[in-house]
Amino acid sequence: MEITALLEIVDVSRHFDDFVALDKVSLRIEAGEFFTLLGPSGCGKTTLLRLLAGFDQPDGGDILLDDKSIISAPPEQRPLHTIFQNYALFPHMTVAENIGFPLRMAGCAKKDIQARVSEALENVRLPDKARHYPDALSGGQKQRIAIARALVNRPRLLLLDEPLSALDAKLREQMQIELINLQKDIGITFIYVTHDQGEALALSHRIAVMDQGRIVQVDVPERLYGFPNSRFVADFIGKCNLLEGNVREQQGNSVTVELDGLGPVHVCRSETKCVAGSRCALTLRPEKIRIAANVSPTEDESHFSGSVHDMLYLGDVTVYIVALSNGLLLEALLANSASGRTNFFEVGDSVEVAWSCDAGHLVLE
Amino acid sequence: MRKKNVLLWLSAALVYLFLYLPLVIVVVFSFNDSKLNAEWVGFTWKWYGKLLHNREMLGAAMNSLIIATVSAGVATILGTLAGMAMSQYRLRLLQLLVLAPIAMPEILMGVSLLVLFILVNMTLGLMSIMLAHITFCIGFVALSVQARMSSMDPALVEAARDLGASPWRCFREITLPLLMPGILAGALMAFTLSIDDFVITFFTAGVGSSTLPLQIYSMVKIAVTPEVNAVSTLLMLLTLVVITAASRLSPTIFRGE
Repeated sequence: MEITALLEIVDVSRHFDDFVALDKVSLRIEAGEFFTLLGPSGCGKTTLLRLLAGFDQPDGGDILLDDKSIISAPPEQRPLHTIFQNYALFPHMTVAENIGFPLRMAGCAKKDIQARVSEALENVRLPDKARHYPDALSGGQKQRIAIARALVNRPRLLLLDEPLSALDAKLREQMQIELINLQKDIGITFIYVTHDQGEALALSHRIAVMDQGRIVQVDVPERLYGFPNSRFVADFIGKCNLLEGNVREQQGNSVTVELDGLGPVHVCRSETKCVAGSRCALTLRPEKIRIAANVSPTEDESHFSGSVHDMLYLGDVTVYIVALSNGLLLEALLANSASGRTNFFEVGDSVEVAWSCDAGHLVLE
Repeated sequence: MRKKNVLLWLSAALVYLFLYLPLVIVVVFSFNDSKLNAEWVGFTWKWYGKLLHNREMLGAAMNSLIIATVSAGVATILGTLAGMAMSQYRLRLLQLLVLAPIAMPEILMGVSLLVLFILVNMTLGLMSIMLAHITFCIGFVALSVQARMSSMDPALVEAARDLGASPWRCFREITLPLLMPGILAGALMAFTLSIDDFVITFFTAGVGSSTLPLQIYSMVKIAVTPEVNAVSTLLMLLTLVVITAASRLSPTIFRGE
């Protein structure tokens, strides 16, 4: 018997006049997953979230929850809740009234509401804030109250629309950890929308990368980072060097690529099915590139010489932009793990770069 | 710098004097123990006492209160709906249609309403005045409600629906309470506009439906008596209280923020 997905999105489209916000998007999301929709602004991720919540109607396709279509159900009848970007706490209600709101709408008895609200406040560690109004809370506290309110009547799904974007960097990291633990504890499926690829990698079980109303790639974070299926994904997720070239020959998973202006390099354990003669790009993450005055490469490594074009000292690491002999700029990282600054290069220094044959990943046109 | 400051204060004082001196005179002479608005004789409450025994004046005041309460009430309901629609749909034509009566010359409104009432064979009286007042009050309420609605986060309504509220409960529990300051401010403005309206009322009033401003006008035709001063002072006081309350409720309209 096939295991059915909790949520199934089938060929969903949404047009605004001439603009195609969503173009036949299909996704399956399993129960208990932390699933992220990732993409640049305008890629359709928020539109999709609004369709799931019921604030908007698709022009085509279907959305199934537990195998039943929810397309025609208004928002209040869908067993899912949304965490809004600016939290959307009701300003004329106290924290306790805010959290009790969904219970009151569901017709719970007053006594039950009271008990469940205080339990919810305990869970987010803000029991003394019950009588406060939202205006009196900090950003992080508002966030916790919004989550408590959305979870108090146990929805099947929680939709989160860039919930951490209004917080400062330190608090954001703390809330990320809280979100991961919360999702693990309660086991409710999270669908998380963000344009922040770092956040997506840190939080998600699986990520769908979206661009111009389409899903480009759906995968677990490690696969998405290590094996992007396109230039767009490689470029959007993390930092990436893209070296253009032609496939010269391919034998099993061993490929030789003629890089433009650099010559042949060997790529081993390639997962990309490519045909000799086709255009491709070698994607190389900065941290996979070795940089030294003299790299003394092993026989598995490709190496080139160049000079330091620019450098950025970031504290934990230093980013070097290396200009290769053909003018191509390559980004490489050096961790500042050694004591002192002995290993540093200056702008203009001659350096060599090298990477092992399984460090790069090929993407096709 | 200092000299400039003095000039600034002086010119400001002159402007305020120009604005408020006539009002001050009316208030002062309402307490003057003389039948003439010429010189100060002594302090008295007697003109206020006389007012209480003036049956025509009391009747007119009663008419004014009834008209202002009813028209403000009806205009508030209709204006709130119009204001919400204006904020939600942002149609130019809708804005124009709702707000035009505010800018329309009152004399034009008065004449056209009179023509209409005669055309439909309506007896002029309290009812015709109320209908007339409702038409020019709706725009003010709509403006006040629209301002409030535009500053409201649309995500709040979506959040309420998302958390299980039907459209009606969402309106009652979220939208209405949040709009309330704007609605009340609009209602109070409508009340003050109605209670001191003269031009439109003049055209739409009939026999026995005289309002306070009409009554004052008919008395002034003979002479500005201290009684007129007294009733004007009371009217001023009422307006002041209501406008202060309205500006407390809806600072955005009154401070032009």
